[in-house]
Amino acid sequence: MSRPEHLAPPDIFYNEDEARKYTCNSRIIEIQTKMCERALELLLLPENESCLLLDIGCGSGLSGEVLEEHGHTWIGIDISRAMLDIAKKREVEGDVILSDMGQGLPFRAGQFDGVVSISALQWLCNLDNSKHGLRKRLDVFFSSLFACLRNGARAVFQFYPENDDQLNLLESAACKAGFSGGRMIDFPNSKKARKVFLVLMTGGVTTVPVDSLAQQSRCTVGKNMKNKNGKKDPLRGTRRDWIMKKKDRFRNKNKEVKADSKYTGRKRSRF
Amino acid sequence: MKLLTHNMLSSKSLKGVVVGYPLKIEAYDVKVTEVEFNPEFIAKVIPKIDYSVLIRAAEYLGHVGKLPGHVPENVEKNTDFLKEVHHALLEVEVVKGDLVCPESGRRFPITDGIPNMLLNEDEV
Repeated sequence: MSRPEHLAPPDIFYNEDEARKYTCNSRIIEIQTKMCERALELLLLPENESCLLLDIGCGSGLSGEVLEEHGHTWIGIDISRAMLDIAKKREVEGDVILSDMGQGLPFRAGQFDGVVSISALQWLCNLDNSKHGLRKRLDVFFSSLFACLRNGARAVFQFYPENDDQLNLLESAACKAGFSGGRMIDFPNSKKARKVFLVLMTGGVTTVPVDSLAQQSRCTVGKNMKNKNGKKDPLRGTRRDWIMKKKDRFRNKNKEVKADSKYTGRKRSRF
Repeated sequence: MKLLTHNMLSSKSLKGVVVGYPLKIEAYDVKVTEVEFNPEFIAKVIPKIDYSVLIRAAEYLGHVGKLPGHVPENVEKNTDFLKEVHHALLEVEVVKGDLVCPESGRRFPITDGIPNMLLNEDEV
């Protein structure tokens, strides 16, 4: 798949045409909504309390709508004027600001209860102009992000890293700015459904909730390790064990798998 | 741009600017839209905002209403006060105007309600 961040810088790539296409595409809307729901879950906000959130790379406000549904107030920043114009036309509740995250967030300290960012961070690493020192931009961004969060707040980024080096670079820059936390990958075994989150924390030790779907890795091996002849095979277990393992593998890839029953892995009866 | 956003915006990313707060508003076009009132959120946000900055901004835009000069005690139960703050923070919106950095005098234009905080290469 071609990567849009290689084609042009974000303020030029997301022109009026591209912004309109982006906001009308039902598949993009669905993915954005799901990712934002998941990011919100990872933020671990206090329940039934409306919070003030920052949406970095808010675009046309698709992710902002999810935040509104959960009763939060949000402020969004984006670098693409065309995207923000669409957000205004759609009358989203949050306020939007035209700003470049690589130049530092234009907020005073300790304001936000959390930050979400849906598929935006990879644009920060795009070096369109040799004058932009990547490392400097990352440092400026993460330190200004750290400053505008209140103590104990989290920032969750969903993004598409180009390779492991990029992910490591982002993690080390965040660490340098004072964040703890790190990557969290949903559906790690699937190329298509794989989603990378960078979960950054400003203080304290907390746990990460595991996605309900990704969690479904039931272990069925162990109890009845018998092979076809009814004897125990130390490597593969019984025929049923082998099938169950394979089904689990497919479930982890988010593929359609038939439900398990007592007939799973049995031979068909002969007439 | 709502006054809640104005209350947080700072121009400290500019080279040579230390505080960059509060940004001065110069408004040419202001509109009022109705937003759902959420007393818990307003009560939670009041300790975080800079109240004097809000008062000054609301005064300038002519929407100060019955806002008192200081935050009264027992904010949570004072629904009238919360409603006033709600109106000033979330319902008053600057559609066209400028934000001016108090230190360098750099202007950030607001068009169609979107403040443009982009900086030039040499200003970072």
